[in-house]
Amino acid sequence: MATVDRASEGRGGFAVMLPFRLAPRESSVWRFADWISLRAAVVLVAGLWLGLAVDAFAASAAAQPSILSLMVKWSPVLFGGFLFNLLISFLSMAIGTAAGIILGLFQVSLRIPLRRSAWVVTQFFRNAPWLVLLFYCILLIPFELSIFGRTVPFPDWIKAVFGLSLPVMAYVSEFVRGAVQSIPSGQWEAAESLAFSRRKTMTMIILPQCVKRVLPPWMNLYAILTMATPLVSIVGVQEVMTLTRAALGAENRVDLLIPIYLYVLSWFFIYCYPISRYTVRLERHFTVIG
Amino acid sequence: MNWTPAEPIVSIRGVFKSFGQLVVLKGISIDVKMGEVICIIGPSGSGKSTMLRCINGLISIDRGSILVEGQEVHDPALDKLALRKKVGMVFQQYNLFPHRTALQNVMMAPIHVLGQPKAEVEARARGLMKKVRLEGKENAYPGELSGGQQQRVAIARSLAMNPQVMLFDEVTGALDPETVKEVLVTIKELAEEGMTCILVTHEMGFAREIADHIYFTDRGVIVEHGPPVTFFANPRDPRTREFLGQIL
Repeated sequence: MATVDRASEGRGGFAVMLPFRLAPRESSVWRFADWISLRAAVVLVAGLWLGLAVDAFAASAAAQPSILSLMVKWSPVLFGGFLFNLLISFLSMAIGTAAGIILGLFQVSLRIPLRRSAWVVTQFFRNAPWLVLLFYCILLIPFELSIFGRTVPFPDWIKAVFGLSLPVMAYVSEFVRGAVQSIPSGQWEAAESLAFSRRKTMTMIILPQCVKRVLPPWMNLYAILTMATPLVSIVGVQEVMTLTRAALGAENRVDLLIPIYLYVLSWFFIYCYPISRYTVRLERHFTVIG
Repeated sequence: MNWTPAEPIVSIRGVFKSFGQLVVLKGISIDVKMGEVICIIGPSGSGKSTMLRCINGLISIDRGSILVEGQEVHDPALDKLALRKKVGMVFQQYNLFPHRTALQNVMMAPIHVLGQPKAEVEARARGLMKKVRLEGKENAYPGELSGGQQQRVAIARSLAMNPQVMLFDEVTGALDPETVKEVLVTIKELAEEGMTCILVTHEMGFAREIADHIYFTDRGVIVEHGPPVTFFANPRDPRTREFLGQIL
């Protein structure tokens, strides 16, 4: 509970009277990291467009299409692929969160076997490489399954969604366990003395208080997951990375390689950066409110 | 039920409790009649809060018996809901539910545990807020209230269940001195209305004023007990004298 003493911070007051701090405060570290990353990104993106502009002039002199025109040409296809990445991230997050909440509640169950096994499952998936889990899901889940006599197909991308939702499940499970255990025991006592059952205490008193504690790390996890979705290209799903490689193959232009990857990268950045910014803001807000 | 109001409403007989190696209660016996106000005083770590928590079954006991309205609290077949309807408890740290407003805190248990109709509960809850002098604070969240105000909401929340007995566990222990009084006034009014109260407290002046009977505990036993006049004027045991000497 680092409730920051805002009155003693900076402006106003004598600097010599302020407490000496060995380590910089967390929030200033974050602010600095934000500052650096934003500027780095601006330089990269600006550099990209500047390079392309120069190239366009050069290309008009030579007798080949400019990099810029090639990127414009491939943009619809690539952007479609990027949207597919986002779809995969949404679904993995949704499935992983639902399963993770259940697993997390098992982790705080009073039944010891249930609690232990939930802990084992959580630790296993939390400490397994995402790519290995992806391969396992691709290889182990059948390509179709008959349920009640009807055949349900499982395309690779669905299997990949399951693969990515496994680590999400494990992380969410840990978030839930940590949040539930961070609620003061007095809340349980008060609820118990008011004759609330354990189930009602959990759903009406404990879990609602957990939401705000879990929200920032959960959003952070989502940003990380989104940035990890290109992994599914390795297992043969037609997402943005696969399509980029296809575009490069079709054009056979060595000078397209760096700009086009940077282009795709900037989409991820534009999508994920606001999420991480907002997470930082939420965290700061909750720290102050307590 | 063969209990009659003439018998003690709470009857504690030879209760033992230990946490691991640490023996906290070593044969405690207390009788509380209906409408009586009992104050339990004693040094920290003498098992006062543990005893209070045994009365409404928050903590199990190792040996002995605790009867509330003639029913054994630690009978495994006991309906805990029925017990906790009868016994209300207020804590040192208030323990209000921070995500609900003051009024919602008061209304939650009657609606969701007792299943009473919302309109009826709300009318009663507003009446209780008025009773603890917090009219106008119904929609405030616990974080927006002072310690004394939060503690009075906690008292109202407990009263909303219409208990027969109220347990107060050092309810002024975490309060600023200037807000202690407002909480004590509320408790005093309750006591005057005839509510059976068991208080663990460090407020000696208050205990002397309000209690029908004072119990002094030290290291898990009741060292001495009696009506406040004789207890404070004429303590017999040297441990009591030492304790009172330090406090008064």
